[in-house]
Amino acid sequence: MRKLKDLILLGLLWFAAFLTVAVLVTIVGFIFYKGIGLISFDFIFGDYSPSGGGGIWPMVVTTIYTIVISLLIATPIGILAAVYLQEYAKQGRMVRIIRFATESLTGIPSIIYGLFGAVFFVTTLKLGMSIIAASLTLTIIILPVIIRTTEESLKTVPQSYREGSLALGTTKLQTLYKVILPSAMPGILSGIILSMGRIIGESAAIFLTAGTVAAMPESIFSSARTLTVHSYLVTQEAGDIELAAAIGIILIAIILILNFSATWISKKLNKADY
Amino acid sequence: MSTLPVKREKSNKRKYFMEKLSGKVFLFCALLSVISLLLIIGFVFFKGSKPFIGEGYSIVDFLFGNDWVPSENQFGIFPMIVASIYATIGALIIGVPVGLFTAIFLAEIAPKSIAKIISPAVQLLAGIPSVLYGVFGLAVIVPFLQNQLGLIKGQSLIAVILVLAIMMLPTVVTVAETAIRAVPKSYREGSLALGASQIGTIFKVVVPSAKSGIMTAVVLGMGRAIGETMAVILVAGNSLIIPTSLTDSIRPLTTNIALEMGYAFGTHQEMLFATGIVLFSFILLLNFVLARISSKGGN
Repeated sequence: MRKLKDLILLGLLWFAAFLTVAVLVTIVGFIFYKGIGLISFDFIFGDYSPSGGGGIWPMVVTTIYTIVISLLIATPIGILAAVYLQEYAKQGRMVRIIRFATESLTGIPSIIYGLFGAVFFVTTLKLGMSIIAASLTLTIIILPVIIRTTEESLKTVPQSYREGSLALGTTKLQTLYKVILPSAMPGILSGIILSMGRIIGESAAIFLTAGTVAAMPESIFSSARTLTVHSYLVTQEAGDIELAAAIGIILIAIILILNFSATWISKKLNKADY
Repeated sequence: MSTLPVKREKSNKRKYFMEKLSGKVFLFCALLSVISLLLIIGFVFFKGSKPFIGEGYSIVDFLFGNDWVPSENQFGIFPMIVASIYATIGALIIGVPVGLFTAIFLAEIAPKSIAKIISPAVQLLAGIPSVLYGVFGLAVIVPFLQNQLGLIKGQSLIAVILVLAIMMLPTVVTVAETAIRAVPKSYREGSLALGASQIGTIFKVVVPSAKSGIMTAVVLGMGRAIGETMAVILVAGNSLIIPTSLTDSIRPLTTNIALEMGYAFGTHQEMLFATGIVLFSFILLLNFVLARISSKGGN
């Protein structure tokens, strides 16, 4: 009797794992099956045409803009914030408040970020529906990710490195940028890669802050759509599953490349000699 | 007297100044996350509370009203609240057992070679943009339900539940797996030494010890489900009714905001922010529960 119960539970465990993998295979398989027919050089690098049959280059460019701008702002701020929390701050109330705020930011759904971006960056700061408004919103979204991963990698830098450097008469600041940050670099890089994945996958917040203009953005102050928003709109408005899936292939390919490089970097991190 | 000590003193002064300044700059960067959080809460709550404070709308009518007709100044979101709660609970009922069992399998049962396939699969599942889940739901799950259940419209509560259950899987699996792996080996050895079977040990010893981590996984998965927007829009069907069956078409809180924000202005727009406050309150409640769990787990 007990044996039978064990066997059933064991079967359920295998079944659950199988189900998880099957779901993934079905989704990815479906996206590739539906979209692969559209993928071509012209599709990726061709200009968009409202009448259909055009490429997605403007959306690729918009996506790249949002990634570059939000990383340019969030990376230095996030790294320095993590440095403060790990290296400078006395552990106490202040640190607790900052940690609580950072954690809370992680839990806020992206539609709320979108609402905030729409009222703060778009309306109050008068940036209008634009790439820059969306990028600033994204900056806040990825900030906790960069802070957390940087903190984790700062923790792995051995105390002896700091002591050795300080004993040589360097200042705290010199130790920081000559010794600590270089040793923490792989961890910081994988944080940046994680953030890129988050930005590429984001849609609701961008939808409310960058608008939906389907054209090559003239500048970062233009309204434009990213790949995810485009994928959503062609599904919602035109029911064009094939086009949405083709964009999906590009998105999944980018995510896969990012995942592999993150794994590769963290392997390097583990091999490093400390 | 030579000039050298003076020079050195000057360069030291500069160094000390830089040290002090950099500490301040770092502190400011760290405070930016606090400032951002305050700004987000401040702006959303300010905008969303305006209709109730300045314009005489009743909060009770807003929360428990059944009619949402912006053109006639009727703003009741009760059906959306119910829809959001049903969809989240439904997704938990499917997603948590599958996710938890997958996590147990990965941490306790899986041979290394199989774990090596499943872990990256879960990682990829977490990375797929949410829009694509919606596209998949609309193109596969919705027509499937339509054909199998003979519905006129396949976009329904059950479609939302299935999509959300899939979307919360990676969160539940990763967090629960970490929690299960953190259970000390001696617990397992002790139980096995007493003659318990491997499965008995897993379900009677390991899982109960990882309870707080598993609860965290559930709450995080819940947060993901209740906040999801774009995937849900595509499969929810967008009907403003209180769902009475799994096949009813629904409009959860998040989709209400995303669908109407583009053209709303004035009171209508403020009411969307008020919808955001309700959503925000759910998330804050979850965060509070989470904090309770992790402080208990510490003991």
